[in-house]
Amino acid sequence: MESTFNLLKGKTAIITGCASGIGLSTMELFATCGADVMSIGITKGSLDEVSARLSKEHSVSVIPYYFDISSYDSVKNFYSMLVKENRKVDILINNAGILRDALIPMITEEILKKTYEVNVFGSIFMMQYASRMMMRQKSGSIVNISSIIGTHGNEGQVVYAGSKAALIGVTKSASKELAGYNIRVNAIAPGFIDTKMSRSIPEEKFNERLTQIKMGRIGSPVDVAQCALFLSSDLSSYITGEVIGVDGEMII
Amino acid sequence: MNNEDKLKEIFSSSLGIKLDDIKENLKYHSIPQWDSIAHMTLVAAIDDAFGTMLDTDDVINLSSFDKAKEILKKYGVDF
Repeated sequence: MESTFNLLKGKTAIITGCASGIGLSTMELFATCGADVMSIGITKGSLDEVSARLSKEHSVSVIPYYFDISSYDSVKNFYSMLVKENRKVDILINNAGILRDALIPMITEEILKKTYEVNVFGSIFMMQYASRMMMRQKSGSIVNISSIIGTHGNEGQVVYAGSKAALIGVTKSASKELAGYNIRVNAIAPGFIDTKMSRSIPEEKFNERLTQIKMGRIGSPVDVAQCALFLSSDLSSYITGEVIGVDGEMII
Repeated sequence: MNNEDKLKEIFSSSLGIKLDDIKENLKYHSIPQWDSIAHMTLVAAIDDAFGTMLDTDDVINLSSFDKAKEILKKYGVDF
């Protein structure tokens, strides 16, 4: 059995939304497990320090890139650069996402567009080009970070739920289309995870959510990162088209 | 091998057809072998051989052997 610390040795991963929460934890865990990481953020400079630290601590290459994944041209330019530099991509973690709650009558066109542009369009753009690079090498793993809100729905979250449910449909279709190239596509549906996103809700709501979790604790970003590690590594080499809940048995 | 021959080899291996069957007017969907799945294999092989990352519009517009040459010229491949 391979040591956990070597699970991703020699593999190169692209991880979006690395500035905090699940993306940051995944980036740290992947570097610990020997992966070279291209960490994607949107705010220039925000990943410089952590990327340099992880590179040094784990003797891997963690390089930050800054662009908006919902911009098709930015995504295209990023991958064109990778091709020109003769880089390979083994893993894509589509984690970047935004959450803007609104009751049905309050949903504006702007909220709807922006949410779908980032959570769905951006993830598809990233997957579209990554899968083309993976097709050449006939191997790869793509993990889309969905949500328990996408699998179960929740009041006030029609927009977010729709976008995260869309990611599940995307995952299931892409897994069928790419299986022949030995590219696996899976999704993770995190429950209530301790991130900036979950801390942004009112305290009363936060506490109410905790009571919905049978394991009695909020999830940690590392809980999700560990699932992403499993789905990205060869431990899951025959698993594709699946949605794995990481929610401590949360009941919505 | 010049780029024309290289491209013919790619078409032949990706579509599973003989080199002699690759004419300038060979078109997408004109033969059963060139279906949408084979098209993806073809694009991956072209990208791999010429070090390109074809734009999505070019993937869609790559509808014949001639058109493939025209598109690749945009990426600096000489024929």
